[in-house]
Amino acid sequence: MTSEAASIGLTHGGSEDTGLGHRGPESKSIVVPYGFWLFVLSDMVLFSALFATYATLTHATDGGPTALELFSRKLVAVETIALLMSSFVCGLAIITAKRSNMLWTQVWLLLTGLLGAVFLFIELYEFGSMIAEGAGPQRSAFLSAFFTLVGCHGAHVTAGLLWLGTMMAQIWAKGFKQHILRRLLCFSIFWHALDIIWVAIFTIVYLIGTLP
Amino acid sequence: MTEDETDLIDVAPGAPHNNIMSEVVAYVIGLALALILTGIAFWVASTSALWGPGIATGLVVLAIAQMGVHLVFFLHITSGPDNTNNVLALAFGVLIVFLVMVGTIWIMSHMNANMMAGPEITNLQMQH
Repeated sequence: MTSEAASIGLTHGGSEDTGLGHRGPESKSIVVPYGFWLFVLSDMVLFSALFATYATLTHATDGGPTALELFSRKLVAVETIALLMSSFVCGLAIITAKRSNMLWTQVWLLLTGLLGAVFLFIELYEFGSMIAEGAGPQRSAFLSAFFTLVGCHGAHVTAGLLWLGTMMAQIWAKGFKQHILRRLLCFSIFWHALDIIWVAIFTIVYLIGTLP
Repeated sequence: MTEDETDLIDVAPGAPHNNIMSEVVAYVIGLALALILTGIAFWVASTSALWGPGIATGLVVLAIAQMGVHLVFFLHITSGPDNTNNVLALAFGVLIVFLVMVGTIWIMSHMNANMMAGPEITNLQMQH
């Protein structure tokens, strides 16, 4: 980063640094993850609209199956644990990547991906069995809102898995260069954020939705 | 990630600390707290020992607590001076999320209550 920053005039002033912007723009290793953090927060705003829609339509079942009849808390518990462990292991991958440990970084990233795949597999199984029972997204407004909200999260997890595979290949091929580590850090922000959104989903959709 | 990193005034969200033990310990504490909160949430939702009408509120509180745990221990959002920008962006995000969700739920429930004249036609929540 030092040479890269120096070449575009972004070296840090050192001790005279006041932290009040006198030294010019931050280095790329701060600006890039910060910009990504802003993206993740706007993604959460997107999900808040889907949550609001779901909350509004949750009783609009059109005489069809209700949340209480459809959801299995045991499956959701397994999904939750898988995604939480995936988020945790992703953090371990960042720690080892920072120390340029190729073997353990790849092991932790692979485990992150496998746990994410377990989550996704269970979700697709749930969707598949619901559609097979005639409780697909076109059955009622409640189910449309459910499939949009949970499906959007699932689509994010799918995109995250593709990104994860790309990162593993890039780390393998290019090593622990600064720009690769920046991308990996952005991926970890994305992955942790997906787990935060899942906390809201399992609470609102699966737990509060199935209260007697 | 370089020798310069310790001198920086700001830190990126999600960037771990410098000491390997304190880094791993932070993630383990976060994992343990998240598992405990998840466990309590599933127990609260399925037990009959608690006052029924309060359970939904309790679950929301548990979820917000767990989101806080994730932010602090996994995304390393702190109250330190190097995190000011990250916290301000988060505060703005939380504000918008709060406005969208509470605003929608509030307005739609009132609209629902005000449209009782022809429930079979206009009542959105009970539409069959």
